[in-house]
Order: sequence, then C-alpha cells, then structure tokens
Amino acid sequence: MENNTVEQFMDIRAATVAKMLEEKERGMKVVGIYCTFCPQELVLAAGAIPVGLCGTREEPIPAAEEVLPRNLCPLIKSSYGFAVTDTCPFFNFSDLIVGETTCDGKKKMFEIMQELKPVHVMQLPHHHKAGASLDLWIDEIKSLKTKIEEEFQLEIKDEDIWKAVDLVNQEKKALKEISDLNRNSPPPMSGLELLTVVWSGGFSFDKKELVQMLEELKKTLESREVDPKSAKKPRILLTGCPVGLGSEKVVRLVDELGATVVAMENCTGYKTLELMADRSKDDPIVALAEKYLNIPCSCMSPNPYRMELLGRMIDDFNAEAVIDLTWQACHTYNIESHEVEKVVKDKGLPFLHLESDYSSSDEESLKVRIEAMLEMIEK
Amino acid sequence: MITVGVDIGSVASKGVLLNGEKRFSTVLPTGWSPRDAGEKILSTLFRESCIGRQEVDYIIVTGYGRVSFGQADKTVTEISCHARGVAALCPEARTIIDIGGQDSKVISINEKGKVLDFAMNDKCAAGTGKFLQVMANTLGMDVAELAASEDPSETVTINSMCTVFAESEIIGLLARNISKGGIIAGLHQSVGKRVASMARRLGAREKIVFTGGVAQNAGVRRALEEELKRTVVVPEGCQFTGALGAALLGLDI
Repeated sequence: MENNTVEQFMDIRAATVAKMLEEKERGMKVVGIYCTFCPQELVLAAGAIPVGLCGTREEPIPAAEEVLPRNLCPLIKSSYGFAVTDTCPFFNFSDLIVGETTCDGKKKMFEIMQELKPVHVMQLPHHHKAGASLDLWIDEIKSLKTKIEEEFQLEIKDEDIWKAVDLVNQEKKALKEISDLNRNSPPPMSGLELLTVVWSGGFSFDKKELVQMLEELKKTLESREVDPKSAKKPRILLTGCPVGLGSEKVVRLVDELGATVVAMENCTGYKTLELMADRSKDDPIVALAEKYLNIPCSCMSPNPYRMELLGRMIDDFNAEAVIDLTWQACHTYNIESHEVEKVVKDKGLPFLHLESDYSSSDEESLKVRIEAMLEMIEK
Repeated sequence: MITVGVDIGSVASKGVLLNGEKRFSTVLPTGWSPRDAGEKILSTLFRESCIGRQEVDYIIVTGYGRVSFGQADKTVTEISCHARGVAALCPEARTIIDIGGQDSKVISINEKGKVLDFAMNDKCAAGTGKFLQVMANTLGMDVAELAASEDPSETVTINSMCTVFAESEIIGLLARNISKGGIIAGLHQSVGKRVASMARRLGAREKIVFTGGVAQNAGVRRALEEELKRTVVVPEGCQFTGALGAALLGLDI
C-alpha cells in the first residue's frame, strides 16, 4: 500500500502529458524552462504551466551531436537533442522557452534553439551580491514579465505574483520536509526513491495538488516500517551537477553497492529548498530577484553559500562520505570540486569526485571507485 | 587459518595462498574469461600448496573480474587490497602507485594501511600497462623487453596521451629514424608524467611504493622517480600485492 505513494510520483509525468494535451486545446499556455534560475512564479502568475525541459537521457544525444560539439556536457546535448528530434512532449507543448546564461554551453545552445521555438534568454549575472548584479537581474525578471505578457496577451498583476510566491514557497517547504525525513536513521527513502519524488514533482501539472501529494507522502513515510538493518548502510551525500531519472546511474550504483544516497545537494535536490521569496518586500519582482540570485550554482563566482550549505547538510544528514558528480565538460562544477573537497575533508570524511556522462560505458569503473570509497568509511 | 587472495586483472590474474607463515603465489594471463582465470588460479594454488579447497577458510577476490567470479567469500576493491598488501610488505609506505593493465591508481595510506584517499585514471588508457603493450607491439618487441631497451640519454618527448594517437606519433618518429631506445624512454616518461601528476594531487607522501604489473618495468620506475624527485620503491613480488592484500584481508574477517 505505502509503496503506491512513491510510485504515484513516477506517474506524474505521464499524467501531466495527458492533461496538457486536453488543456492546451482549451487555451492553456505552457512555458518550458531549463533551470532553477527561471522565476517560475511569473509563469504561474500568468496562469501558465512551467515545465522543466532539462534532458536527462542518453537517447537523443547522437542527434544533438550533428549540430553541437561532442565534447559538451550531456545535459545540454540531451536537452537540445530532445528538442531537435521532437521526442519530448513537453518541448512540443511549450509556447515559450525560457533559457538563461548559466554557462557558456547553454547560452550558445539557446541561440541555436531559437531556430526551433521562440526562446527568451535571461542574462544571468554571476555574482550573488546586491548592487549592479541585482539591478541587472531585476531588469531581466521585468523583461521576462513583459515577454510573457506580450506573448500570452495578458497582464501579470502583483497580487498574482504574490499568490504564486506563496504557492512555490509551499512547494519548497513540502519538498524540504520530505527530504529532511532522510536525516533519520535508518533513512525512510532510498536514493532512487528520493530522486523519484523530487525530480518527478517538477513535472506536476498543478502545484497545489503536488503540495498535497507531498504532505500525504510525508505522513506515509513517517509511519513507514524501515528494515532496521538499513541503519547500517553508509550514508552518502551527493552533490554536483543535476541528476534526473535517466541520468541516475550514480544514485543507483550507490544503492546497489549497499549504501544510501540520503541527500542530494544539487539543483534537482536540496540546493534551492531553503530559498524563498521574501513576502515582506514591497515589490514582488525585487523579492524574486533576491531569491533567485542566491541560488548556489557553480556558475556563481564566488559561491560561498554552496560550501556553507554542504557543511550543514553533512552534519544534518550525518553523511559518512560525499560524492561530487560532474558531467563531462561542466567546467564550473568540475573546478569547484576543489573547494568542495576541502569542505568534506575538513569534516574528516571520504570524498569522491566522479566525472561521467549519461552513457553506461563507465559503470564498472564508477563501481570500483564508489566501492573503494565505501570501504574507506569507518564503521 | 588458511586464506586465499585472488586478483583478477584485465591482463594477468594473480593468486596468493596464506597458510600460517607459508605463502604460495601464482600468476596467469587472464585471457577472455575472468571466471576461468580465477578457477585456474585456485587449482594451481591448491596443487602447489597441497591444500584442499575444503581446508581454506576464506577466499577473497579482487580486481575487475571479482564480480564474475562465483567462488568468493567476499569481494574487495583493488584499492583496499593494495593498501593492505603494501602495508604488510613495506610498513613505512604512505603512497602507493599501482599501474596495471587498464588502470593506474595512486593510493594514500596511513600507518595502519588504511586508505585515506585515492585517485584513478579516467576512461582512457593513457598511463596504463595497456598503453605500453600497444607501443611495444608497434616497436616489434615484447612489453617485458621495453625497460632493457630504453636509452634515457636520448629521451624523445611523446606528446600524445591517447594510445591510438601515440601509436601514430611513434610510427612517425620511426620513419624519421629516431632511435628506438630514445622513443622507449619517452614512452616511460609519458606514463611517469601522467601518473606522477595524479600522485602529486594526493600529496605523494613518502615512502612511495610502486606495485602492479608495470612496476616490473624499471624504466617506468626511473621515470616516476625523475618526475616526483623522490625514491620510488618496488617491493619484491610487486605484481602480487593486490592478491596478497586480499589474502591478508581474509585473516581479518
């Protein structure tokens, strides 16, 4: 019975596709987004549905490589590949695509993607402090608002933005509460279950419904009977590049090798869960700008909040080792691994930096590394 | 207590049987079936030591073939096994450089032989035994002959890290009548550079011990010493370190 609840999340994607097919005919608008930096509150305030389009599968990559360089991050190749082969229903449904200049690869890919769909690119500053960066980001959020208003021929009112802010804040809170259940020993969710819940939630058609599902799941998980033996499993914190179903191999291998990914500090996981727009601001655009500029993505320089968050997560989740996963050619996460290593080693924990792509070709060599790291954990 | 350690590598499979103070070891080419290689290792060890399968307490298997081998009481990664084996052979060791057929790794250990950190080569064959094997073929010699044929005074820098490109580079050098000895010294330098940079990343604390099949090549050892500007020790039976470590880990169960 209880398994159904995590399984329900696996069905969200397909259910949303079906619903969108219907609702699009009735004039419902869909906005495809590629990053947590996109202020989805604006999309919701316009009565449209935001949907994440980041590619997490290997299949469309060969098609992408007909245009993009091979030596590029698999997430960008997979995202573009789904778009160009028209094999992602959500890309197909999208009336507007919002990109942002998080990294060199993405920003240049978005230029090419304009051949397929209208793409609005937000110029993301790479400094999180107030000042010129914040001013620029406020302007960019205003431009996005204007773009959505023009594209969908409507007006986005402040009160609608505040309503959306409340809804997104509720969603973050619910996701954080679910994620925090894994602070317990034994953790109620395996790494794959945690990933399924947080990743699939991003495809929900109705955030109110999602919040309700998350609250129900929380109750189920709180009363879940977990095999006490699993308390002995090493507790792993995963950080680095985004992971989704399709690119879950490291999470799966950790599970298979007898450990548990108890938490994920990446943009599909915990990275943004503490960040909420400040309700006490006068201007919702400023509140959104401040919230989003604080996202500790490695594209920010410097990026101290990520290190602070990692330090806290190691303690809160009683992590016994940290895996930092970098997708091939993601320079910012690859280089920032040096800083992450220091944070982890200062805590006296084993640290493993993995560089991989979406293919299964390196699974055996990943296994040796992960297994050796698990053998380093003192029990 | 009698324990056996089997290390099924990509090129060679090694086995060590420990019976109190007595130690038996054997090595065979792995061939295409890691499972068969493991079986052969076991039967050779049992024959040579006159010990029957039922007398053995634990069989610990390591190496890339560890998963396919059904008879293990436990499988352990090469990293932990090398650490344990080296700690027994050379207690002062703090850094292990292990170069095998398809992997090269650097392992940092403490005084108890506990792994503190490790680094491994990525997917590519650069800096591995495979790289040397391919180059030896190109030069028309056996990989075991490389060290004796090198001429470090005429070292030619090999620029390509990729095995396939390095092969073409060598063909080009041979066409220009560059000395074979100088090319071989350059190949050793190439492996040495690649692995030394991994070792420096981990700190390369002394004593540095070199294990794995490639440790039998004195030219690579020379190149590593030049790159690291430190003495690099090759223990006797360097190829058996992983298997020995596995057998010793059997004693700890």
